[in-house]
Amino acid sequence: MAQTVFSYILHQDGKIDDTAFELISAAKKIVPDATAIAIAMGSGSELEAACNELSASYPEIWKIDDEALSYPNAEIIRGLLSRIIPQGSIVLVPNEHFGMDLSPGLSIKLDTSFLPDAVDFEGMEDGKLKAIREEYSGQVSTHMLCDIAQGAVITVRPGVFQADESKGESGTVVDKTADALQEGLPGQSRRFLEVVEAEVGDVDITKSEILVSVGRGIEDEENLEMVNDLAETMGGDVSCSRPIVDAKWMEKSRQVGTSGQTVKPKVYLALGVSGSFQHMGGVKGAPYVIAVNKNPKAPIFQQADVGVVADILEFIPMLNDKVKEAKG
Amino acid sequence: MGRSPYRMQSNNEINLSLEGNMEILVCVKRVPDTAENEIEVNKDGTDIERDDLVYSVNEWDNYAVEEAIQIRDNVGGTVTVLSVGDEDAEEVVRREMAMGADQGILLSDEAFAGSDGRGIAEIIKAEVEKGKYDLILTGAQADDGAGQIGGMLAALLDWPYASLVNLIEIMDESKIKVGREIAGGNQEMNEIALPCVLSIQTGINEPRYVGIRGIRKVASMEIPVHGTGDLSLSPEAIGESGAKVKRLDYFVPDSGEGAEILEGSSDEILDKLVELLKTKGGIK
Repeated sequence: MAQTVFSYILHQDGKIDDTAFELISAAKKIVPDATAIAIAMGSGSELEAACNELSASYPEIWKIDDEALSYPNAEIIRGLLSRIIPQGSIVLVPNEHFGMDLSPGLSIKLDTSFLPDAVDFEGMEDGKLKAIREEYSGQVSTHMLCDIAQGAVITVRPGVFQADESKGESGTVVDKTADALQEGLPGQSRRFLEVVEAEVGDVDITKSEILVSVGRGIEDEENLEMVNDLAETMGGDVSCSRPIVDAKWMEKSRQVGTSGQTVKPKVYLALGVSGSFQHMGGVKGAPYVIAVNKNPKAPIFQQADVGVVADILEFIPMLNDKVKEAKG
Repeated sequence: MGRSPYRMQSNNEINLSLEGNMEILVCVKRVPDTAENEIEVNKDGTDIERDDLVYSVNEWDNYAVEEAIQIRDNVGGTVTVLSVGDEDAEEVVRREMAMGADQGILLSDEAFAGSDGRGIAEIIKAEVEKGKYDLILTGAQADDGAGQIGGMLAALLDWPYASLVNLIEIMDESKIKVGREIAGGNQEMNEIALPCVLSIQTGINEPRYVGIRGIRKVASMEIPVHGTGDLSLSPEAIGESGAKVKRLDYFVPDSGEGAEILEGSSDEILDKLVELLKTKGGIK
């Protein structure tokens, strides 16, 4: 019998997250004839809507419906999953902030292997799953062998597997609420309070058509001046990657990435930005990406349309002069 | 389960009559410094090229140590820094002691080599059980980007956990308020009971600078080394033989596409780039 592969479903306001469809493709790559089951937790009509949408894509959906699940608290959900997931199963979870919260501990509670942030699978080798991960912020990749004989919890990087949009299923929704909650609500030692919304900055970079984005390569706060000058010459706005905000050199509202803003410019000029997947995850709408970085191995060059290998501290003033010249 | 109503407490209202005994453990890792090095794969793909690599403490861990020191300075207690590694890991423990941690522990043993994430978490758990900690901090991730040790350790200890923490407020001796970094620059606030494990995100504070004088001050402090003989560990959980997840090799993926790299003299490159900016709408 083929191994059961569970997908943990992220959803909000009754809408299924894209990762739910990406996990279908990932599951097929792990176990081609897998029995795929979606697990959706939440409450009321929103969960109902999510399950309806899922039934077109998954043959079976397990739902757990409780008011305490209206906001996903990883401590509660980990406890519930460890009660209902059968021994030896493979559990796929999207590798974003919730998946990171839930998954390492879930592998301990299920007593299975843990494979974090997988970006591809290459079938079985010596009875073990062969997978690909990245290390050093994407500078090198690795092949991993993961023992899945007793099951596994695998977090899958969002956006790398093709979303399965075939929607050819008419899945059954199985209510697992009673099974999961018969011993009461777990995870009471952590209580969700509220979500504090991000502050709106002076410039809304999500509306910018031209973004000059600066990263760690700028080295010093005072060097930001030349970036501001260039952006002004080009008629664009300045955005940045995470290290610039960590250093408190720019406002959080200027940060591009999965933990910052999602931007949709026409042109994205990345200056001294390494190009981690968290950063590029915030660049949408297929802009023309130009990367300038002194490290020819920087992952940004995999994502860019055009690249220049140069020290940005020398390059930026030269580019500024050239653009001024061109504008006449 | 009864729930006490949550009351907002601003910083200056925090009850500082805690017993003055916050015992904090911070787990740190010695890693190649990616800001200082280009990481390359070695000839046969068995490892990264380690000649001439500059090592430092994992960036996220540095924020975790700073946070621990600030908590201790506010409410009292001690900060212990721990690292699992070979004898070279001692230098990063000592560096974090120079930042202001009170003591260090090195967990080192040949039997630890080849451990997977769970193995490392089991080793740390064995050390934790010898102490009496209220709070354990790790970095949100390290060089391998796995971000797994904190969550595993919490589950092994049966303590609550929160990842990607970018705010900590001590409420009283039994609970804290933590902010987590979630999507879109938003922050998720939680109340967590102590003891707990938190993984710390960069940007939570501004880690202090450690000068050569600071390092000298702690140069003679003893850092105990604990191995399998000092810890109660089941051998099947650790080391190469206990690892259920193993790294086969390192490689650089051959990326079919990728940027067209502009070549030529500075002037040629700049002219080409300005031309591209014009046609793609990058100059207004």
